[in-house]
Amino acid sequence: MAAHNLKHALFCAFITLLIAYPILGFNLKSEGMNLSLTGADAFTLVMVFLAAVIVFGFQLFREPIMGSLRSIPALAPTKKPEPMTENRRVKIESRIITIIVVLAVFWPFFVSRGSVDLGTLVLIYIMLALGLNVVVGLAGLLDLGYVAFYAVGAYTFALLSDYLGVSFWLALPFGALLAALFGLVLGFPVLRLRGDYLAIVTLGFGEIIRILLNNWTSLTGGPNGIGGIPEPTLFGMEFGRRIKEEGNVSFHETFGIAYAGEHKVIFLYLIALVLAVITALIIRRLMRMPVGRAWEALREDEIAARSLGLSRTAVKLSAFTIGAFFAGFAGTVFASKQGFISPESFVFLESAIVLAIVVLGGMGSQIGVILAAVAVTILPELAREFSEYRMLIFGAAMVLMMVWRPQGLMPMRRIHIELKQQE
Amino acid sequence: MSEQLLYFIQQLINGLTIGSAYALIAIGYTMVYGIIGMINFAHGEIYMIGAYTALIAITGLATLGITWLPLILLVALVCAMLVSSGMGWAVERVAYRPVRGRHRLIPLISAIGMSIFLQNYIHLAQGSRNIGFPLLIDGGFLFGSEDTFQARISYMQITVFATTLVCMTALTLFISRSRTGRACRAVSQDLGMASLLGIDTNRIISATFVIGAALAAVAGLLLGMYYGSIDPLFGFIAGLKAFTAAVLGGIGSIPGAMLGGLILGVSESMTSGYLSGEYKDVVSFGLLILILLFKPTGLLGKPEVEKI
Repeated sequence: MAAHNLKHALFCAFITLLIAYPILGFNLKSEGMNLSLTGADAFTLVMVFLAAVIVFGFQLFREPIMGSLRSIPALAPTKKPEPMTENRRVKIESRIITIIVVLAVFWPFFVSRGSVDLGTLVLIYIMLALGLNVVVGLAGLLDLGYVAFYAVGAYTFALLSDYLGVSFWLALPFGALLAALFGLVLGFPVLRLRGDYLAIVTLGFGEIIRILLNNWTSLTGGPNGIGGIPEPTLFGMEFGRRIKEEGNVSFHETFGIAYAGEHKVIFLYLIALVLAVITALIIRRLMRMPVGRAWEALREDEIAARSLGLSRTAVKLSAFTIGAFFAGFAGTVFASKQGFISPESFVFLESAIVLAIVVLGGMGSQIGVILAAVAVTILPELAREFSEYRMLIFGAAMVLMMVWRPQGLMPMRRIHIELKQQE
Repeated sequence: MSEQLLYFIQQLINGLTIGSAYALIAIGYTMVYGIIGMINFAHGEIYMIGAYTALIAITGLATLGITWLPLILLVALVCAMLVSSGMGWAVERVAYRPVRGRHRLIPLISAIGMSIFLQNYIHLAQGSRNIGFPLLIDGGFLFGSEDTFQARISYMQITVFATTLVCMTALTLFISRSRTGRACRAVSQDLGMASLLGIDTNRIISATFVIGAALAAVAGLLLGMYYGSIDPLFGFIAGLKAFTAAVLGGIGSIPGAMLGGLILGVSESMTSGYLSGEYKDVVSFGLLILILLFKPTGLLGKPEVEKI
């Protein structure tokens, strides 16, 4: 056994060197037409060898290490937490959510403008993640083209305001409904596909929409995007220093206060907060309604659910449409926040980030998803020097979560009885 | 020959070139899917890593002053295949084996995570800008009169064809004749039964990943040279296209992957030749969606029976 372990460990260390040294040890430099190769600095080389040594050590003592890791309860893949009673769980959850919301309302008045802007972004991601949570977490449909619906919402607002001068408040329901319509139309044919095929098809749809936005230059401006998207108004009051549209008044003049750039940012943040809370509440309701139960039933066992009379298409389609609806919501807010959108903002990576949020937070769990959205958006801002490693860490975290805790950091809990499987 | 015909032939040649390289990548998808029923989302990245390793090897040899072309290509090919195979092996070990047999979506999400990880690994190690790939094989044959349209088969295109042909033949022989190949077929038919009969299924699954990665590395070198530049995102779209090719031919079937790759390549080059280059991706993704909707088993695939 020991000899076999040693051989295996040596092999693993060799593979580590093989895949790390050529890529990390040499740097390609292109100057004009000339390519040159430079060796990496000593630090990188030492790190590569250190990695190989660590892999060697880990593989050599794999059994004892894994044994001690398993004894940490949080890492045991199969162990399930004790089910709480429904009542207590609901109480704790609503209390936490209330505290978070109250803090979130008062927080922007005490911090810098940049932080509030970041807060708005976090809220947009929360909306997106909550919407995707319905599709992936509750209904179990892996949607890799979710960003397409986000794009539909954003572009609807941008185009409506550009061509027809429609305001934010009118465009908000329009963007969300149009995104939902897209979800319905795209979802209808594809939902009878099996899980992984569905994922690829939605990914294809997402890419098609992005390519169309990029190339339909006469309508969408192509890669240049659309600019000059108006900010939301408060009962016809604008937040800019000067009034852009006839008939509007400005916020600071109405209330007789000095103009401050922060007003606009805070207002947008509060709108996003209200919309995020509405999103969370609606989805929370839906989860406890028959349709929500049906989503989960279909996720757990499609054949059993269908034989109980659930319509597969209707149930899946409702999840897909509702997810798309909230993505459209988030898209409209995003367009208004940025003031400028281009296809660059709607690449596959965005879908992957939102998916990572849902996976990290725990599929189906609202609090988990909200906390994960906050963490995923804010952590890279806090650790600026690590920001280029952000996506690397994301990818690694997704893999590790799937291996150790596929249910997420804060898994969704439900009262349930478990049947012992008979072997 | 008329001008239109020459133009058509030109598009056909371009399409077959790209298509044969897609077929090489598609093999990796189709073999893995055939055996463990998962989409190896990180396969496109392995192909990209193959292209990078090949470029590093080529540049390194040029720095050493070696100019004999066959040697450069051979060394680049071997290096790319070795590193990509190692990567394929490690990816399976780290990201797929621990989640094997769980709910369908879990391996897929793990694979997406791996794909993001590998993209950023190259991005951090080699920068995100695209790097020019030297055109080592120059020249070609010309057809048609000079004053009208001239169809052109470059030596590069011939190299792509020839290499693909050699790889495909080798793979077919390996799968049909060798002991490991026979074990591969047995495992893809029935994993449980194969392991009962004494086949080390873990080893066979690892072997599948290694073979797929090695073929992807060949495609990486070929397409890197053919396109003339590479960047860390180079694998994503190509991987998606190759997956389309695998589905088109019937996922799980190796001849299907070859056929699917060629059809996809030709339809893509026809789109860029007659409509517009910008929409060629739309055509291939549209094709993917249509096939999955109307004939999910593909052209040469076996129908899948869902057991309750």
